[in-house]
Amino acid sequence: MISFEQVSFRYLDAAGPTLDQVSFQIAEGDLCLVIGATGSGKSTLLRAINGLVPHFSGGTLSGRVLVNGRSTAENRPRELADVVGFVGQDPLRGFVTDTVEDEIAYGMEQLGIAPAAMRQRVEETLDLLGIADLRRRPLTELSGGQQQRVAIAAVLAARPSVLVLDEPTSALDPTAAADVLGAITTLIHEVGLTVVLAEHRLERVLHAADSVLWLPGDGRVVAGEPATVLSASDLRPPLAGLAELLQWPETPLSVRQARRRVLAEGLLPSDPPRPIPPVRSAALTATDIGVRYGDVIAVASVALALHTGEVTTLLGRNGSGKSSLLWALQGALSHTGSVSVAGVDPSELSATAARRLVTLVPQTAADLLYLPSVGAECDRADADADAASGTTAALLTELGVALDPDRDPRDLSEGQRLALVLAIQLSAEPRVLLLDEPTRGLDYRAKAELAAIIARLADGGMAVLISTHDVEFAATVSERSLIMAEGEIIIEGSTAQVLTSSVAYAPQLAKVFAPAAVLTVTEAEQVLR
Amino acid sequence: MAEERTQTLRSLHPLAWWGWAIGIAIAVNGTTNPLLLTAMALAMVIVVLLRRSDSPWARSVRAYLLLAAFVIAMRVFFQILIGAPSGTTVLFALPQVPLPEWAAGIRLGGPVTAEALTATVYEALRLAVLLLAIGAANALANPRQALRSVPAALYEASVAVVVALSVAPQLIESAQRVRRARRLRGDTARGLAAVGPIALSILSDAIDRSLSLAEGMEARGFARTAGRPITGTLTVMLVSVLVATMGGFLLLSTDAGWLAGALLVAGVVGVGVGLRHAGARLSVTRYRPQPWRSTETLVVASGVMIAIIVLAVGGLDPPALSSQANALLQPTAFQPSTDPLAWPQLTGPMLVVLALVVAPLPLTRPQHRQIPEASRRELRTRSPRPHAELVRR
Repeated sequence: MISFEQVSFRYLDAAGPTLDQVSFQIAEGDLCLVIGATGSGKSTLLRAINGLVPHFSGGTLSGRVLVNGRSTAENRPRELADVVGFVGQDPLRGFVTDTVEDEIAYGMEQLGIAPAAMRQRVEETLDLLGIADLRRRPLTELSGGQQQRVAIAAVLAARPSVLVLDEPTSALDPTAAADVLGAITTLIHEVGLTVVLAEHRLERVLHAADSVLWLPGDGRVVAGEPATVLSASDLRPPLAGLAELLQWPETPLSVRQARRRVLAEGLLPSDPPRPIPPVRSAALTATDIGVRYGDVIAVASVALALHTGEVTTLLGRNGSGKSSLLWALQGALSHTGSVSVAGVDPSELSATAARRLVTLVPQTAADLLYLPSVGAECDRADADADAASGTTAALLTELGVALDPDRDPRDLSEGQRLALVLAIQLSAEPRVLLLDEPTRGLDYRAKAELAAIIARLADGGMAVLISTHDVEFAATVSERSLIMAEGEIIIEGSTAQVLTSSVAYAPQLAKVFAPAAVLTVTEAEQVLR
Repeated sequence: MAEERTQTLRSLHPLAWWGWAIGIAIAVNGTTNPLLLTAMALAMVIVVLLRRSDSPWARSVRAYLLLAAFVIAMRVFFQILIGAPSGTTVLFALPQVPLPEWAAGIRLGGPVTAEALTATVYEALRLAVLLLAIGAANALANPRQALRSVPAALYEASVAVVVALSVAPQLIESAQRVRRARRLRGDTARGLAAVGPIALSILSDAIDRSLSLAEGMEARGFARTAGRPITGTLTVMLVSVLVATMGGFLLLSTDAGWLAGALLVAGVVGVGVGLRHAGARLSVTRYRPQPWRSTETLVVASGVMIAIIVLAVGGLDPPALSSQANALLQPTAFQPSTDPLAWPQLTGPMLVVLALVVAPLPLTRPQHRQIPEASRRELRTRSPRPHAELVRR
């Protein structure tokens, strides 16, 4: 279906090639998973399939990319629109029209499909993805999972034979992600679609993949069976970590495989020993917090306490009020109820004074950066925080990220940018750190580094609250967890308790070792030794 | 039952609303009667309130009402301050500021007469109703839908406008997001110092967004050509526009009515053919194109009738009419006298005009989106919404 023959690609001003003499084939009807660290060229590879690389991106491509027998050299992406459907990372940014129905029809209008056939296909596509009740809704009012499904429907309506998805679940909560991936697997089985999909959180999709392309980052592409490629790769989803720990020759791809193997080997661990957490003093107490937008209640009378030296994670589906709660706790969003940090309510202070008590790293951390160089950002942060010159730069080094002060913040990787924003926010020496979705777009290594940074900060006595969709990350980093739904905190307790008591939020290893509460590979190592 | 259902779901063709509103706008030029103007404004507002959808653009009518009120207030203010006096009924007098020789003809302050003030209010009212007619069309017709009805040859241009329409709210959203984020950083620079950094962030955000949009459009086949080369279309278009312009010029400046008319018609036909020919290059089709049915024709006809009645009856010469016709039509009532002052009257033809303004009401049905309660709850709250207030000082 798709074949790459000796393909090399280099961006205009890049030092080396992003793809170097790459050859592989993807068979019809396959779900092909593209894996690799951030910046290894996953997006470039995906865009080369329909010719966005190099027609849209610039740069030079040599070799041949054939899709359904058509070469991307002779066909522009628009001419391949009837063969390849492409869904980018943020579906909202790629939407052309303003309502669901029009968006689905848009691609077909461009292909010149007859109105009667178009009408029929819109209805079919709406049903196929289960979004018929959204047909007249404005696109901007949809939740993230709904938007993703509409984006997929919009390209599917044109009946392409290949569907290319760039990180379709990176912004979604576990349930919505499972929903979208479920829709994709249905399409593969029932429509015979070939799907190429890039994803950071392998644990979510690996079990459904027929083949895997691994980009080690040096321009090579390793293609093959999921289990073999994964064993060779440096990416460690939890199950791969387990396989390595138990020295299994082959990586299990699904919880089911792993659990069968564990049972067959008679590995029935008990709960890992958990030290009884020390009694800690409250760094932040909030009572009766409420946030509303017009007649939508985002947060409904939430009470919570954050303790010094403790990391707490906040879970919940998209739109359950997590972000609003964080902004309210920082005092930057008007809310009812009161927050107290060292006896003071941050919402009654000026912005400069409030961030000395509570600091927030927002979801789009890059919004905080606007100066032309890393050095200038650091100097500015020192001045804003009245800190000694060099404080922020020193913090950045302490966080384990060495950045050239002359680099443009916009050219940094997702992880480096997050570290820079974190350093800027920490320069004010806050008591409480709030992080909103920090793992979005981070690969396994960057996530492990972030987890280490957070652990160090907590050891230093800081209270940390992290809102996240990534349960594996929550399991690694936090002691305590909260789950929010419809603006209320519905469960609160130790991470082990909260995560194992729920099906949607249980980490993979907890499912493998149930009923024992083993959450991470490190814990598995403890109990299995 | 099925027919009933499609009737309720279907909204009126956007161009029909524009036809109705333009008819009103033209009619407004033929009258200064404040009773008629006010009643027309009220009738339009009622139609808008009962027939608008609950989409964002439908809320624009408030802005137009405010604009109309502002126009009236400004006209009255300037009339009192620097307007030329007329009539004899002095209401009050402002102290007059003596102006130097070179400013002769301009008066600052001085007596304010009822006649001059009334004439100004009538004039201002006319402009206000004109603005309101445009506002009504805007609120009733989805601008994107209206743009979808343009000829295929102007397709790229209409897409550009649609994209531009969506950029403005996006810019506001990213401006608010960046401003909020900068407060988190403790950076509370205000005024000019803050403009640079914010503008930089918003600009880079806007460029990123446009690139993703362009990528999305490209990947979905925007601007695919049917492969038919276009030859001579440009020449045909240029010549036709030239011919039409000459025709228009002749029509306005000379008595050569026949030649002028012929040239104008030939030019317009040529442009039409050119557009059609150029449109054939694209193989674009329309999803659920808005059909033009009898309802649309009737709505536009009511607009045309409004213009015809006001302009024709108002333009009659009273002495040339029989006394019965005069009593029935009362052409002078469309332009009530302000010097001497006279009470304006609402006459029979005016009532017909008002009936025509509200004519779309029985012809159409209210259009409210029905959002199932379950999905309404899923409203996305990805980041704090822009309209949540910040409490920081």
